[in-house]
Amino acid sequence: MLNGVKNVLMWFEHRLVLRETFWPIVRHPVPRSLRRKVGWMYVLGSTAMTLLFLQVATGIALSMVYVPSAGEAFESLNYLNFQVPLGWLLRAIHNWSATMMLIVVVVHMTQVFLAGAYKYPRELTWMLGVILFFCTVGMAFTGQVLRWDADSYWGLGVGAAMMGRVPFIGPQIVDLMMGGPMVGGETLSRFFALHVYIIPGILFATLGAHLYLVVRKGISEPPEVGKEVDPDTYEEEYEKLIADGEGDPFFPGPMARDAFFIGFTLLFVLAIAIILGPDGPGLAPDPANVVVEPVPDWYFLSLFAVLALSPRSLETYIILIAPIIVVGVLFMVPIFASRGERHPFRRPVAVLSVVFIFLVLGVLTWLGYKEPWSPHMNAWTGDAVPVNIVKRLSPTEMQGAVVLQLKACRNCHALDGIGGHRGPDLTYVGSRLDRPALVRQVVQGGGNMPAYGKQLTGAQITALVDFLHACRPENRPPAVVPTPGGAKGEKRMAINEPPQ
Amino acid sequence: MNEMQATEKSAADGGCKKNRRAWFDWISWFVLGTASLIMSLPLIGFLLGSVIWKKKDQWVPLGKVAAFKPGTTEMVTVKNPVRGPWDGITGELALYVRHLPEGEEKQFQIFSLHCTHLGCPVSWFDEPGLFLCPCHGSVFYADGGYAAGPAPRGLYEMKYKIEGDQLVALVGHYPTLQSPGSANVEPTQT
Repeated sequence: MLNGVKNVLMWFEHRLVLRETFWPIVRHPVPRSLRRKVGWMYVLGSTAMTLLFLQVATGIALSMVYVPSAGEAFESLNYLNFQVPLGWLLRAIHNWSATMMLIVVVVHMTQVFLAGAYKYPRELTWMLGVILFFCTVGMAFTGQVLRWDADSYWGLGVGAAMMGRVPFIGPQIVDLMMGGPMVGGETLSRFFALHVYIIPGILFATLGAHLYLVVRKGISEPPEVGKEVDPDTYEEEYEKLIADGEGDPFFPGPMARDAFFIGFTLLFVLAIAIILGPDGPGLAPDPANVVVEPVPDWYFLSLFAVLALSPRSLETYIILIAPIIVVGVLFMVPIFASRGERHPFRRPVAVLSVVFIFLVLGVLTWLGYKEPWSPHMNAWTGDAVPVNIVKRLSPTEMQGAVVLQLKACRNCHALDGIGGHRGPDLTYVGSRLDRPALVRQVVQGGGNMPAYGKQLTGAQITALVDFLHACRPENRPPAVVPTPGGAKGEKRMAINEPPQ
Repeated sequence: MNEMQATEKSAADGGCKKNRRAWFDWISWFVLGTASLIMSLPLIGFLLGSVIWKKKDQWVPLGKVAAFKPGTTEMVTVKNPVRGPWDGITGELALYVRHLPEGEEKQFQIFSLHCTHLGCPVSWFDEPGLFLCPCHGSVFYADGGYAAGPAPRGLYEMKYKIEGDQLVALVGHYPTLQSPGSANVEPTQT
């Protein structure tokens, strides 16, 4: 019996010759120092790759039900969520595995950067990795489009508006991206093709080359303080590390670590998918529904924040030029620093750059999540004037509070922290601005506020300013604003000080 | 002597044959190259179709003129004339129609509801008479002019005409900064 199996296997081996081709690849030698704890740093690449395979498997399964048609995609997703057995779970796995893949890819990239593993002779491996990173981000964006709900629909509009700013060929790029003059069926089909054929094609071709280089050039040894990379001698030294008896074959030893970590990650993704379920679809992609607050998925929140916070005059440049700089810098990293120290202890600039980048991305993502710049569209009817403010108002001031609500001021201005946060909180505005300043601000606007001069009657302005004037802590006198170029030409801030 | 001549002749023949073969090789590669180039033209044309053969905006009736009260702004939803057969709900097109108070220069203003900043849908607030964008808080006055926020210009405006009792507007494409609405009012800034 056993002989029979062996014979069959040998029959195949005789024809496939895997022992000569495949076997040396899985047994390629890796430095022995990976046996130490630092070896755990080397599991991230294969984890990202496994998650990619999981994405392909779940993606193919979902494509058997999902309809990439603008009229039916939304329903087919709800059908997947509520009618197809395990459809919700497959969607959840696809979503959370994508999230995990993006995280693992970023951590992998950061680890490789911090360990200086991109230096000679592995520059190309890094560059291909950068392409893989952008493919992953591209998959994330196109995947979000396929969800075809209001967020996806308006997200495409935002993308088109950004592309429309490219000098000269902007409108052509927009038409190419949307597959027509509007966001509709051909747009969805286009992004379906990108998500399912085009980007995965580039991704797998690049992954093949990336893996070829990993095996061919060998995995980098863990960095040591004081040991520099010198292209003249590096390869000779590396050969010694992996020579017979010195290196470990990747299979089965070091590979087992990958297996453990990957297994753990898969179980984690499954648990998250079961607990949190699928993401969306949210509201239907209705062009006439303006009661939406389009927000991108979390990985684009930092970009969302940049677009909200950048100065108007610089915005177009930030949208169009910043991405080119980011891609260029990432690509050129190994060209600028292909030799020298690898250990992070000796590369303070590299470590600080990583800390800085993650801090900035973290803060921007947090801001993108809180979106203080977005008006609260329902605050004018939804958020009442706090009782403790109302109860000390005179009748005219009370009329002013009504004007404040009706004119939708609350959409941007909070009272006691409730309402929009785009403009300043008005709870104590009476102690910051005096009457003329309040009138001027209301009538002329400025500082990101529209001018209300034409929208209000004289009586309304009086009432509103009376109300704002009364908005100050009890027992605090109203603000006194400096007269420009006073008696002695000095400017004196008298805010929060009693009048003299 | 004869032998030598024979070898020379065959060598010359061989050279000629070799030349002919090399020439034929070049021709073959040239044929393949040209054929591939020609074959790629329809593919490229197809992929760039939406750019080369643009669907044009069309005149679409928005409703009876009498239905719009002077001094009001309201949203109108029509079928987008450039929609595809399976566009479903996304094939609709929403616009703001402003019927100006009597005595003004024009009778109507038709606005796209896409914010000029990044295309989010602006909401109309009747009381203050402002359009407000939910994304980054751009604000526009009732006449579409820029009021506040990150938007680079006022709202996109569409051409309109009155045919019989119908208000008709030239609409279709998604307006962007370099391809604004059909009325293409000069950007207003403060």
